Amino acid sequence: MTQAPMLEVRGLYKYFPVHQAFLDSLMRRPHSNVKAVDDVSFTLARGEVLAVVGESGCGKTTIARTLIGLEALTKGEIVFDGKSVNERSQQPHIGLKQLRKRAQMIFQDPYESLNPRSTIFEIVAEPLVVHGLIKDRQERITAVRTALEDAGLRPAEDYFMRYPHELSGGQRQRVVIASAMVLQPELLIADEPVSMLDVSIRAEILNLLRDLREKRGISIVFITHDLSTVAYFADRIAVMYLGRIVEIGPAREVLQSPQHPYTKALISVAPVPNPRLRRERVILQGETPNPINLPSGCRFHPRCPVAIDICKENDPQLKELTQSHQAACLLLSK
Amino acid sequence: MSENWKLFLRNLAGFWRTFRRNKLGLAGGFLVLVAALAAIFAPALTIYAPSEIIRDENNRALTFAPPSVHEPLGTDDAGHDIWAQLIFGARISLTVGFLAGFIAMFVGSALGIAAGYFGGKIDTLIMRVTDVLLVIPDLPLMLVLVATIRQMELKISPLAVLIVVIGLLYWTSTARLIRSQTLTIKERQFVARARAIGAGNWHIIRKHILPQLMPLIVANTVLILSTAILIESGLAFLGLGDPTKPSWGTMLNFAFDRSAISNGAWWFYLPPGIAILWVSLGCILLGNVLEEMLNPRLAAHHLEDEKGMIAITSTESGT
Amino acid sequence: MNGKPLLSVRGLTTEFTTPEGKIARALDDVSFDVMPGQTIGLVGESGSGKTTTLMSLMRLLPAGGRITAGRVMFNDINLLSLSEREMRDYRWKSMAIVFQGAMNALNPVIKVGDQIHEAIMLHNLMDEDAAEKRVKDLLEMVGIARTRRDQYPHQYSGGMRQRAMIAMALACAPDLLFADEPTTALDVMIQAQVLELLKEIQKALGLAIVLVTHDLGVVAEVCDSVVVMYGGKVAEYGTADHIYNEAQHPYTQKLLAAFPDVSQPGDTLASIPGTPPRLTNLPPGCRFEPRCHLKIAKCSQIVPPLLEVSPKHYVSCILREGVEADFR
Repeated sequence: MTQAPMLEVRGLYKYFPVHQAFLDSLMRRPHSNVKAVDDVSFTLARGEVLAVVGESGCGKTTIARTLIGLEALTKGEIVFDGKSVNERSQQPHIGLKQLRKRAQMIFQDPYESLNPRSTIFEIVAEPLVVHGLIKDRQERITAVRTALEDAGLRPAEDYFMRYPHELSGGQRQRVVIASAMVLQPELLIADEPVSMLDVSIRAEILNLLRDLREKRGISIVFITHDLSTVAYFADRIAVMYLGRIVEIGPAREVLQSPQHPYTKALISVAPVPNPRLRRERVILQGETPNPINLPSGCRFHPRCPVAIDICKENDPQLKELTQSHQAACLLLSK
Repeated sequence: MSENWKLFLRNLAGFWRTFRRNKLGLAGGFLVLVAALAAIFAPALTIYAPSEIIRDENNRALTFAPPSVHEPLGTDDAGHDIWAQLIFGARISLTVGFLAGFIAMFVGSALGIAAGYFGGKIDTLIMRVTDVLLVIPDLPLMLVLVATIRQMELKISPLAVLIVVIGLLYWTSTARLIRSQTLTIKERQFVARARAIGAGNWHIIRKHILPQLMPLIVANTVLILSTAILIESGLAFLGLGDPTKPSWGTMLNFAFDRSAISNGAWWFYLPPGIAILWVSLGCILLGNVLEEMLNPRLAAHHLEDEKGMIAITSTESGT
Repeated sequence: MNGKPLLSVRGLTTEFTTPEGKIARALDDVSFDVMPGQTIGLVGESGSGKTTTLMSLMRLLPAGGRITAGRVMFNDINLLSLSEREMRDYRWKSMAIVFQGAMNALNPVIKVGDQIHEAIMLHNLMDEDAAEKRVKDLLEMVGIARTRRDQYPHQYSGGMRQRAMIAMALACAPDLLFADEPTTALDVMIQAQVLELLKEIQKALGLAIVLVTHDLGVVAEVCDSVVVMYGGKVAEYGTADHIYNEAQHPYTQKLLAAFPDVSQPGDTLASIPGTPPRLTNLPPGCRFEPRCHLKIAKCSQIVPPLLEVSPKHYVSCILREGVEADFR
């Protein structure tokens, strides 16, 4: 194995400082932080689709933003193709602008992620403009046309001069994907790419992403809260809770034999379009606690249906259960 | 690219269609247009030159003559035709007002964008300066500045002094407005996308922030123009204009100084007053309507709402 | 579905006038029954008319919208024939609504308990003390601690705000509850909690619920009968079992095939090409015809009526098993 993995995240922490009340800062109370990402590590192989699943507040979107450089990490390392984003790392360095030539992000809201005053041509050509690539006008037109057609918008010329508001949600998301693909990146970070689309259009976009992976070997980090979409599309799943990965493994395995109590609960409540299927639903009580004041020990223990005493004291790490399947639960280490 | 031109025309046509429907806006536009045309075609609209002294049959200066056929607004204390003064005065008032307004708009927008986009120390610095200027009353400060500069006998035309002083002190409200709008735009997802692609600050400001701000800037400029004209008139009324090139404010100054009121020569002081009102009102009506129309509309969310579907059709046929 | 319906909708037609003066027919001949103590789901995607249906039933249409035809029978009274004053009597006391985005429907500067209190007092149902007790009872019923009565909406989490909205809707003990996408913005776990809550309340109070959603999973979870809407018309209407296991309308079939099932990972997901029809420019025949994979020539010429294919199962499609059916 000579090639480095596409992406390696090591010990990633991202804390957002909480604005301190004046009195507190006078009295020099310790600063509190929103611990959005609290020690996350994973590896993404080339051509692999890793789904990062969790509810709101689990840190999945923060990870996406940190990977593409929209947020600066607090601690830890992000290694892209063997090169670190950190300047002070041992490994060779890759600058942010270089990273953004080879990795692209797809945002959640197709209605908001496109500038309403730019034409479709301008939007898709923008990455080329920003990186100073393909300066020849004809070649640029060809590149944009190819990107739009690969994203399923044909004939591409029809779309060049249109504005985003003239397109449907599905078409807009295709434009987003086209503009992400025009630089022919190796890594795509897709933050809930289909959550805001009608159900009947989601499959088109998911199929498009699947094709891109098959034809070009792109690696994809797929962020979502929807377990059912994950089932369709991912090679591996990482389940997050309060800033940590609590379970990670091959998609089929995690969905069919989940090990962590949280994963089990999530899978059990995912709505299934079949009224005859009566399954045992584990409905957790309460809501995800505030990431400012994390519970002691295992951060899931207050809501865990099978918590025992030591769960309040010990913070479980990810333990390997099979070759590629890990979960962070004290009950599993027994 | 001819496609860009076609696109621009298409947008313009859509804009016109929506604008046409608003009666107040049309009225405002009409007022401003008339004043502008009067200023441009001034020589064609008057028989006399503004400094020409009109004499009667006995070759005496026709002073304080009431409106008549040849002098539709009568004459002033020295026999000058008021109508001619009014029309040529339009040139001065509008030029000074517009130039000062544009300077204010330009400076205000640039500072507003810088403060809003870069935040941090730049923002704090610009905002503190803005605060200081906002606290000091406009008119007295301008008065003091203009008077002082004139005293310094720097051989700068008094009108130029007016333009610069008004422009450089009047940008504060624009700066605040643009800054707050910049802050909002900065947080929108398409800006995040631009950054994620690798765009630098200049690219983002130019291609993403500024186009979103343009409607607001345009609408705000028209409103600023109206106030600039008022300020110019005020300062000129107080005697700080150029007496050789009278604006409407200067005309009011003359009227006041030369006892037009006690002489009952209403045709001396009413017309410039009404003219100032005319243009200001026009700019305000126009500006308000433009602001309503051009305000960046948040993209309609079509996921569930069929009214959203209706929104697609109306925007497709229009802007 | 036996016995007399609590709410009976027949031929409901609603139109909107766009700013340009065009007419958008948001609803066309919509009919269904709501049985007491049962949950009916209105399912559809953008432009289907499901939210407009709720607004029409509560007569809360915005300016520019009006109901042009139909009958809405509630306890033998046609709600559409009532004056606004009379209708107000029905709102909240007989039927209440939980809005989409409930988080934003709560007034941020008034305590939650006070808002519920206001809802009760507005309808002059009981005196101050009794109302106060009812407020606390309601909060308890939706799983919010009684001590939270005096807190403000921002002190509640998203799920709790949704529950507070439900409590407010139940304030005057209505017989019928409309819920417009009550769980759409919520995490899947909170969604499960809220749906569980609705089921419990329904059992305890004998409430009928009309649930508007685009999520077929939610519908399968809680609904007894389902109305599938497309382009402002009813495509299919029947029990949950009919819809999920014996779907007849091509749209319903495709929609089900497009919905991923976490228990069957790896199935191919279907998608429907094209976009929903524009309500100002509807196709002459069947609304779904432009996107239908089974269409025949006749489909673009006639508007298919809603016909019974089996007891209590209605479909508006002229094809049966992909072949044109005989109407007789």
